[in-house]
Amino acid sequence: MSFISYLINGISLGSVYAIIALGYTMVYGIAKMLNFAHGDVIMVGGFTIFFAVSMQGFPSIVGILLAVVLCTLLGITIEYIAYRPLRQAASSLAVLITAIGVSYFLQNMALLIFGANTKAFTSVVTVPAIKLAEGQIMISGETIVTIISCIVIMIGLTLFINKTKAGQAMLAVSEDKGAAQLMGINVNGTISLTFAIGSALAAIAGMLLCSAYPSLTPYTGSMPGIKAFVAAVFGGIGSIPGALIGGIVLGIIEILGKAYISSQMADAIVFLVLIVVLLVKPTGILGKKIKEKV
Amino acid sequence: MKRLKLSKNAKDNLITYGIVILAYVIMQIMINTGHISSLLQGLLVPLCVYVILAVSLNLTVGILGELSLGHAGFMCVGAFAGAFFSRYMQNVIEVSLLRFLIAIIIGAVSAGIVGFLIGMPVLRLRGDYLAIVTLAFGEIIKSIINVLYIGKDSSGLHFSMKDSMSLGLAEDGDVIINGAQGITGTPKDATFTIGIVLIILTLIIVLNLIHSRDGRAIMSIRDNLIAAESIGINITKYKLMAFSVSAALAGMAGVLYSHNLSSLMATPKNFGYNMSIMILVFVVLGGIGNIRGSIISAVILTLLPELLRGLSNYRMLIYSIVLIVMMLFNWSPKLINLRKKYSLRRLFKKTGEVR
Amino acid sequence: MAALLEVKNLGISFGGLRAVDDFEVSIKKGQLYGLIGPNGAGKTTVFNLLTGVYKPSEGIITLDGVNITGLKTIEINKAGIARTFQNIRLFKELSVIDNVKAGLHNHYKYATIEGILRLPNYFKMEKAMTEKAMELLKVFELEKEADYLAANLPYGKQRKLEIARALATEPKLLLLDEPAAGMNPNETMELMDTIRFVRDSFDMTILLIEHDMKLVSGICEELTVLNFGRILTQGATGTVLNDPQVITAYLGE
Repeated sequence: MSFISYLINGISLGSVYAIIALGYTMVYGIAKMLNFAHGDVIMVGGFTIFFAVSMQGFPSIVGILLAVVLCTLLGITIEYIAYRPLRQAASSLAVLITAIGVSYFLQNMALLIFGANTKAFTSVVTVPAIKLAEGQIMISGETIVTIISCIVIMIGLTLFINKTKAGQAMLAVSEDKGAAQLMGINVNGTISLTFAIGSALAAIAGMLLCSAYPSLTPYTGSMPGIKAFVAAVFGGIGSIPGALIGGIVLGIIEILGKAYISSQMADAIVFLVLIVVLLVKPTGILGKKIKEKV
Repeated sequence: MKRLKLSKNAKDNLITYGIVILAYVIMQIMINTGHISSLLQGLLVPLCVYVILAVSLNLTVGILGELSLGHAGFMCVGAFAGAFFSRYMQNVIEVSLLRFLIAIIIGAVSAGIVGFLIGMPVLRLRGDYLAIVTLAFGEIIKSIINVLYIGKDSSGLHFSMKDSMSLGLAEDGDVIINGAQGITGTPKDATFTIGIVLIILTLIIVLNLIHSRDGRAIMSIRDNLIAAESIGINITKYKLMAFSVSAALAGMAGVLYSHNLSSLMATPKNFGYNMSIMILVFVVLGGIGNIRGSIISAVILTLLPELLRGLSNYRMLIYSIVLIVMMLFNWSPKLINLRKKYSLRRLFKKTGEVR
Repeated sequence: MAALLEVKNLGISFGGLRAVDDFEVSIKKGQLYGLIGPNGAGKTTVFNLLTGVYKPSEGIITLDGVNITGLKTIEINKAGIARTFQNIRLFKELSVIDNVKAGLHNHYKYATIEGILRLPNYFKMEKAMTEKAMELLKVFELEKEADYLAANLPYGKQRKLEIARALATEPKLLLLDEPAAGMNPNETMELMDTIRFVRDSFDMTILLIEHDMKLVSGICEELTVLNFGRILTQGATGTVLNDPQVITAYLGE
């Protein structure tokens, strides 16, 4: 029975990873860059809710909306100031290092404002827990909300990309920026929109992550950020279903690894699985194979 | 048109060695005359460590042209292998210099072997995929060290992955590697002078490798893999060579690092991906493929937070802003053009004062 | 005299597409042979099959009596085939002379440690490599630019440097993929002389892909015409170029 509980926890954690991974995968697909600061946007979302709800006493929903709006604006601003000027740079490493700089910046900003102490985050989820199998399995409200949010976001995003003009523009820009520009697509606008969506998702992920694991520090976002990126690569970077599969699989491996093998080695196991997958399938489970033309 | 003279290489290398030796002489004079703060004195060995790390990572990133985010992992292997040896042999080899020398060799070789074993399967991945896999390996190495227990007693060495109790040591037993508590009591054999010698050694290896037949093969792979194959260059061999040498040198830096501390633990801060990223920042800011640039940027970026210490909480914030601004300034095509347009040299050129 | 390159029944499919089908050719030692055909006919694919970039689905490739079918690119180069590329592939951040010295890689060897410690053998071999490389650069009138970065050479000279680099590997057969592409008529005339010179003074066998009919008719002794991945016709240059089928393939119906 405990196995099923672990499995459910794994799916729940995996759903959070999947939501973060979506942001990563969309940004990577369109801007071809590792946005190292993405994890820290999650942290900013968490702190915004903490500030609004726990410190100022606003209702949860106000806090969540505030976090989504703030993170969206933050994502657009970061892209505009720090990444856009380097889009044509001679080396793709330049923008990677800048992203690291942005990550340091966000962490230290939070450190200055809120201090280094761990904050106890009050869960914003009010859904009651469900008991199954005569009380042997308990599914917490956070888990239910997380899994439902993940499903809703996946469906919403898939519809958005396939059915709307803006979504199609995203596909076009990620395929070929130059050609998209010639077809009259506003490339800069499309990239901004991608960062906006990715960052809004990060805010939601921050809310879910902090509700399930209620401790908040300026570094809260960095490890989940890295793992979500691993999930994105695992599933095949640039692929939305890939992010979902990668996130869920990673969450399950991590929770089961912690429960049955060693809590210290859980992260190592996650990374090991990634390596094995990439060695067998170098572009991830659902990734496209790209071959250089000779 | 840009010219690249052969004799210029030799001159360039001499300048690099000269800078290191000059810096050493100046520091020695300052130490002897007492014109140096204890804070800076404490930073001298770490500075050597970071310089070696930056130069060695530049071999992978700048010369081989592959992105690695696991450099701290190799440093970790070297640090623990070297410290383990020194602790084990502390009472056997009494001459500290000799013991340290062997520790350095052991650390470098262990890290080189780990680099070779990791490089073999992963070097066929490219770009960001290789980056994430090297990051993953770095984290795995750190995790393994954290659950590793090794002790010795009269009957020999004991290993465990569980805890120090399961080592089953005899009365006279001594736990050398104690899981997450790491290694304590490593002899403090590292000195600034040894650090400088190791920097020079690193430079000799890296610079001479670059300007040799093997270096040409490595750089040809970086510039055009398909063409390199077409002229019969063994891609796997040379990728592995660059990667393993780079790992071995990082291991050497690790030995220096571990013999500067009385207690060594593998934490996310010193051997995690954040450390790998910091070294990468040195390399990119100093100029990809530019060895001298790596040295200078490693020194400046290590000293910068210390110089900003007076600003207390603001220092890392300022550091991050400096980093972003410098990247934009150095790499943004628009800013580069702007700089060219208004550069001093050009203004002078117009008036014909400077040729 | 036996053929240097003997290709039988060579073919490859990408997915459902038959890119090259039943390709056959026999090139004698010292011959200047042309491979022509409209765009997309599969000419470069033939080169990629010959040099091991693609593994053939079927067929046999024999070089100088040795079966080299299915070998890796590196092994094929060691066996004696060198090539240039349609879209120039130089080592852009290396100097011109280092590009050629990279080509000499498998013929002048010294150990890694000799290089790092700068032992006498390092200086001896590097000197020999520099001399040999300068010799090759002189053939292509590149000796003045020896220390330039390859990326900074003008287009025509980049093409020449690529040929010099390929020759440095001491091949038996040289494959040139559109060597005159992007050259003006004067440069093309000069290139024709160089190719003839290479054939004569290096005793080289050359197979080239080219669209410039002046060059093809000027220097090639025999031709194979590809169309839609299949051989349309092959034989002596004069005969082939007057074949009505070839004219139709090039000009359309």
